[in-house]
Amino acid sequence: MINMILNGLEISVEKGTTLLETANFYGIEIPTLCHDEGLSSYGACRLCLVEVGPPGRSWLVSSCTYPAREGLVVRTHTRRIARARRMLIELYLATCPSSKTIQDLACQFQVTAVRFRQRHDDCILCGLCVRMCDEQMQAKAIGLVDRGADRRVATPFDKKSEQCRLCGGCQYICPACQARCQGPQEENPICNACLNLAPPCLEEYEDAMCYMDPCVACELKGNN
Amino acid sequence: MQDLKGDLSVLDKPVAGNNGVSLISAMHDIQEKYSYLPEEVLRELAAETDTPLIEIYRIATFYKHFSLTPKGKHRIVSCTGTACHVRGIEVVNTEVSRLLGVEPGSTTADGKYSLETVNCLGACALAPLVVIDGEYYGNMTASRIRKIIRKHDKKTEKTACSCSSSAK
Ligand code: FES
Ligand code: FES
Repeated sequence: MINMILNGLEISVEKGTTLLETANFYGIEIPTLCHDEGLSSYGACRLCLVEVGPPGRSWLVSSCTYPAREGLVVRTHTRRIARARRMLIELYLATCPSSKTIQDLACQFQVTAVRFRQRHDDCILCGLCVRMCDEQMQAKAIGLVDRGADRRVATPFDKKSEQCRLCGGCQYICPACQARCQGPQEENPICNACLNLAPPCLEEYEDAMCYMDPCVACELKGNN
Repeated sequence: MQDLKGDLSVLDKPVAGNNGVSLISAMHDIQEKYSYLPEEVLRELAAETDTPLIEIYRIATFYKHFSLTPKGKHRIVSCTGTACHVRGIEVVNTEVSRLLGVEPGSTTADGKYSLETVNCLGACALAPLVVIDGEYYGNMTASRIRKIIRKHDKKTEKTACSCSSSAK
């Protein structure tokens, strides 16, 4: 067992767990984009940032790849993290505004403007599909090829791969494949519609369950 | 073009298998022989070493040294590193492009020259630097490169393309 301090609480976790798993175990929610429980950690999106180390001398790490260590001081919701995370989301919005996952994150963290040159890519290089294909489907039909600015997901020689069984796992796990509510071609880089969503209910009853449950509006307003 | 199917005879040693290091040296050998990495040979290599093809493709696209398209008979490599850049490789590059009629990174239509750029050749004292078929030409200027290429042209015509001939 490893003893460490998480958000001021003394906790103990099993050896070999990551900070993300630890936080989730203790009920602390950390947003992720390139992490999936069934796959290995990759640390590409940096959305799962946490602050590690004593105050004043702390540094940011990606919690999905950082293992729990004896005596570590971890904070998961500081202002520095929030700032960095919102910057990341802004960058993702500037790259791939057609993704619902990213638009949802923008609403969740109240990112309302994009200050960067707008692109309309369809991939954020999170590598989820590649790991899915390799680790869960055992196919190794796709991979990340090229490097730097040219890096992309591709099949060998950009031809139809013989290893691919058309299982659709890559599409299933892709955070960029699900189109945003207005459809993929929307010009406006930010949707933010969820920010203005009010629960449509006229009356609320304390002990009766709403037939709409779970309802997006309620969930967003936090009155569940 | 020759039939490349299953031709791994270029490898002077058997490739060990599933680790990156021996794969890369095998790919070096292949590139040496064909001047590029032919798809058929890479497929064969994948089967031989029991490596997923995507892994080999990933390596082939990652390293700038490897090429998946045929290269010209003679390679002109110009350095675009900091030192060479500062000392005016740009002018030399435009001159070479103008002379051969191709952009850096491509091969002339007759397959004679291919133009490449690299980021530093580690001989910055000679900047700006151009390498033609493994021969280093330092302190390059637009007029000098013109002469050198012309000379090289004549020489290779005479010797009917024995590519490795040196001597200035
Ligand atoms: S989830 Fe940790 S870096 Fe993406
Ligand atoms: S910059 Fe050209 S050789 Fe180093």
